[in-house]
Amino acid sequence: MCSGQENGGPLIFCVLEGLCTALILIDAVTKRYPDGTTAVDRLTLEIPDGSITVLVGPSGCGKTTTLRMINRMIDPTEGRITLDGADIREQPVNALRRSMGYVIQHAGLFPHRTIAENIATVPRLLGWDRRQARARALELMDRVGLDKALAKRYPYQLSGGQQQRVGVARALAADPPVMLMDEPFSAVDPIVRKGLQEELIRIQEELGKTIVFVTHDIDEAIKIGDMVAVLREGGKLAQYAPPAELLSSPADGFVEDFLGLDRGIRRLSFFTAAGLELNTVPMIAVDSTAEQMAARTIPQTPYLLVTDTEGRPLGWAVAKERIAGSDALIAFGHSFTAGRDSLRAALDSAVLSPTGWAVAVDENGRAVGVAAQEAIAAAIRTAHLEQSAGSDAIPGASDNPDDAAVDA
Amino acid sequence: MGGFFDIPSDLQASWWGLIGLHLQEALIPVLFGLLIALPLAQLGARFRWLYPPMLGVTTVLYALPSLAFIVLLINWTGLSTTTVEIPLTIYSLVVLIPAIVDGVRSVPEETHAAATAMGFGPFRRYLQVELPIAVPAIFAGLRVATVSSISLVSVGALIGNEGGLGNLLSDALHYHRPILSWNSVITTAVLAILIDGLLVLLRRLLTPWAVR
Repeated sequence: MCSGQENGGPLIFCVLEGLCTALILIDAVTKRYPDGTTAVDRLTLEIPDGSITVLVGPSGCGKTTTLRMINRMIDPTEGRITLDGADIREQPVNALRRSMGYVIQHAGLFPHRTIAENIATVPRLLGWDRRQARARALELMDRVGLDKALAKRYPYQLSGGQQQRVGVARALAADPPVMLMDEPFSAVDPIVRKGLQEELIRIQEELGKTIVFVTHDIDEAIKIGDMVAVLREGGKLAQYAPPAELLSSPADGFVEDFLGLDRGIRRLSFFTAAGLELNTVPMIAVDSTAEQMAARTIPQTPYLLVTDTEGRPLGWAVAKERIAGSDALIAFGHSFTAGRDSLRAALDSAVLSPTGWAVAVDENGRAVGVAAQEAIAAAIRTAHLEQSAGSDAIPGASDNPDDAAVDA
Repeated sequence: MGGFFDIPSDLQASWWGLIGLHLQEALIPVLFGLLIALPLAQLGARFRWLYPPMLGVTTVLYALPSLAFIVLLINWTGLSTTTVEIPLTIYSLVVLIPAIVDGVRSVPEETHAAATAMGFGPFRRYLQVELPIAVPAIFAGLRVATVSSISLVSVGALIGNEGGLGNLLSDALHYHRPILSWNSVITTAVLAILIDGLLVLLRRLLTPWAVR
């Protein structure tokens, strides 16, 4: 089964015809405790090589148990787990664990060791000499965005976000092919969490690890996952799909509930705004003359976007009033970057502004055009049609009820 | 004759000599106590069912009056410093074992899990992660054990010349020189305060990582 290639990009290596080599294969695994509770129930998952697979679900769904069975911190009651085709029980447990980076909530740093010593832990366990391990630690501090001046500090001297970066660096230290991450960002505040998520995506683009990531936060799962496994209470797999497919076709009511009411809007994150037609007419520089303003007023809208002399947007003005000499500006909310941002950013920009128009800027923040909500709605419809024509993964996208919500 | 520092000749030691003897009799038991407590505490921390009976036994031993303990031991170890040091060693366990167990248990669950997940075996994890993190708690126990040991050594005076500074107390009665008991009490107290200060200093040196 090779689902998800369309959306996952060149992430899954297929060496034998029609067969995926999942780096990690969880094969009919069950974990039952002596008191009779079943944490994981006949779970089968192929975790593809070189991509981020997210296990997500409510508490008690067995996601952490599943993660801990991969590095044998918990042994399954039934079933088996293979790594590159070999049963994980075949090699010594500590060797297996040293080949898998592990990042945990609250970082779990060693309080009695400096930052550099913390990061160098696994290389030292593997027998690297002190100098080599330290050089590696400094290199990794750089990679995860930590100031090297922190190398000799102790964990208590760092903020929660910095500690979590150390946790990621420590897991990467011996360059393991596999990274296991157990709710690594859930104990830091939302702004720091967003930064850490983006950092992880960036690091993953450079390193291409096989990452298994556990979270209870579906937004995080959709943001960072190449594949998302939704688990339900009792450790049963509810759905295993790429995030875009999860949003467009949830397998059942449980997944639909778990995704929440705004999955249509969130799905727009996967549609690029590149095809959105921008209107370049109703834009004036702040020092424009009345004639110039009149020439740029269009029938579709009574507003004009005012920019500074460099072309950066300042706000909207009512054309008639500005021509009559008023300096009043209406906030434009936020802009979106043309060609880079998604339709979700464009739509949000349009619904945020009282004028109903989104402002598109280039990489340097200069306004390159504006788009009405109607134009964005049309672009969304087109994107849905293209999705359903180009992929069998999203059946019935054209009659998706979310279109109606966007039109309104 | 008769001054604060004039030690009667039957003690066969100067004031400094008595201090040396006193420290030796007080500190060696704490050291041995620590060596015995470390493995016992590790067992108590790993096998939770073992810890309550272990605590019970040390508490019962602590409840034995020191004089009775010493008199019993004379049958085997005679009138020697060993006879004083054995009870003191056993008394130190009642403080040291819970201190180490609490210290090891205070290692945060995520730090413990991270160590396991990075491939530390149980023995290496105990030596390199759990024990170092338990150092502040262990030192808290060591301070109590050391100070109480310094004060208890004086009991040794009751079986002859084995009480360190405590011998000054019996000589004070014997020679009707109350100044000697002042010397005994003050010197013992100052000694306890100084050693306690040294332990605090040592802990600071060993734990530069602790939050202050």
